[in-house]
Amino acid sequence: MKTNQKLEDHIGEWRSYMKKRRTLHSTDVEELEDHLQSQSQALLESGLDEDEAFLVAVKRLGDIDSLTREFASEYSDRIWKQLVLSKDEGEEALVDWRDASMAVGMAVAAAAAIKLPELFGIPIDGSESDAFFYARNSSFFVLPFLAAYFLWKRGLGWIDCLRLAVPFLAGAIIMNLFPFKMESHTGLLAMLHLPIALWLAVGFAYSSALWRSHEQRMNYIRFTGEWFIYYVLIGLGGGVLMGFTIFIFEAIGLDAEHIVQAWIMPCGVVGAVIISGWLVEAKKNIIENMAPVLTKLFTPLFTVLLIVFLAIMIWTESVIDVKREVLIGFDLLLVLVLGLLLYSISARNPEAPPGIFDVLQFLLVFCALLVDLFALWAIGTRISEFGFSPNKVAALGENLVLLVNLGWSCVIYAGFLMRRRSFTSLERWQTGYAPVYFIWAWIVVLIFPVVFNYQ
Amino acid sequence: MDINKDLVAASATPLVLAILNEGENYGYAIQKRVNDLSGGELEWADGMLYPLLHRLERNGYIESSWGKSETGRRRKYYKLNDQGRKEITNQKRQWQVVESALRGIRLAAVDLAPQKI
Repeated sequence: MKTNQKLEDHIGEWRSYMKKRRTLHSTDVEELEDHLQSQSQALLESGLDEDEAFLVAVKRLGDIDSLTREFASEYSDRIWKQLVLSKDEGEEALVDWRDASMAVGMAVAAAAAIKLPELFGIPIDGSESDAFFYARNSSFFVLPFLAAYFLWKRGLGWIDCLRLAVPFLAGAIIMNLFPFKMESHTGLLAMLHLPIALWLAVGFAYSSALWRSHEQRMNYIRFTGEWFIYYVLIGLGGGVLMGFTIFIFEAIGLDAEHIVQAWIMPCGVVGAVIISGWLVEAKKNIIENMAPVLTKLFTPLFTVLLIVFLAIMIWTESVIDVKREVLIGFDLLLVLVLGLLLYSISARNPEAPPGIFDVLQFLLVFCALLVDLFALWAIGTRISEFGFSPNKVAALGENLVLLVNLGWSCVIYAGFLMRRRSFTSLERWQTGYAPVYFIWAWIVVLIFPVVFNYQ
Repeated sequence: MDINKDLVAASATPLVLAILNEGENYGYAIQKRVNDLSGGELEWADGMLYPLLHRLERNGYIESSWGKSETGRRRKYYKLNDQGRKEITNQKRQWQVVESALRGIRLAAVDLAPQKI
């Protein structure tokens, strides 16, 4: 049989067009293609040329939209995007099994790592000094494995692996060789900041060592948001699992609390970090990102909250009551506003003109700045009276780092609303600012203990 | 003659089942058979046959398997199973009821016709 190159080309185009339709699986397209081939062949034999035969055959197949609609009503499950974990016949697997086993392997390794110290006489539910050991080293039970997973997934070479090992080694040395005492402020601050510092280091592996690229940084920001949401969801599921474990064994008179606390909980907490990371990677082009959806939902609500708060504060001439928690609370508020800003940026089409949501976003950032300035002012007067402490300096530093970011974001956003600046400049500012967090986290981990003499 | 769309849709299932009762077959050939049987009067968009075949398979009347066409392309074949044969009898009975009812009214119309003049 002679080949009909032109017809084959037409059918090839038709096939790739059909494959883009979500309700049609590749086997359905294959079946329809067989029909199209047979039909065109019959038409060719009846004397039509290749173009004509193809056109008539496609016409007879019917309107593609109503056809896909028909398939959709037949397979209603296909309308819901599925993160398919099992491979159906003929369907492209969305999850690569090598990737999945690597992720599970790393999760198991992390779980093993957190149980390892017990072999050396440091039980996880032991004395206070044991708890201090786990708290100091919490990052090292899990983040190296997440980093290793991405190093493997991105196929990075030995040199990049060694470069990434540097912050981890530095962190390990600081946390275990610096003479921190239990309940020392600088030690506690280092414990809180090291995970942030190392999380940003994992971004190096995530971005295939292209950490300078703005797009890659934005991708890591998106990953972080989705990862957090997945981690919280998995955590909720884990809570239910542990609750039932205790409950059903209690029913037959056995106490499972120890097993839950010493095994399920710690292993789950570290394993879920890797599993969430893997899930987010696997689903990123199948399921819509959740963080921007939450952002859209909460930006208006937080804007209203802050406007009302400011109005009441000014109306009643209240002054913010300065305690240590207040400082931290307002830090968290800034982090939250920054998060809302980041995740709306991450999902926004930079070319779109300013809309009502942009006005809201701008208002939110502006109000947060005002609230924070009130807080900072109150804090400043207190610090000038009572002097510095590691906690105050850390909180103050964080406040300033965030304040600078949000302040300048506000300026850019205003420019964007007045159409003097492009939205991309806001995106660039955010991604360009990321190293500042990294450097600040390392300052708190590395410099604070030395400067404040391990207080 | 344009056959009503609902009627075409309603007749599709018994037709396809009856064609498969003749033996294992695939989409394009089933379509051609329908065309031949109806003298080209029963026409539906070719593509619509496939969602129908899939529905029949899901309902458990037919089974599918992948084979090869004469040119070596992958081709999906359909085969009637026992439940499908039962369904044919069932459908046949339904159509007989419709048919005899229609015939009854036609005969009655013939009887009435002379009195009207």
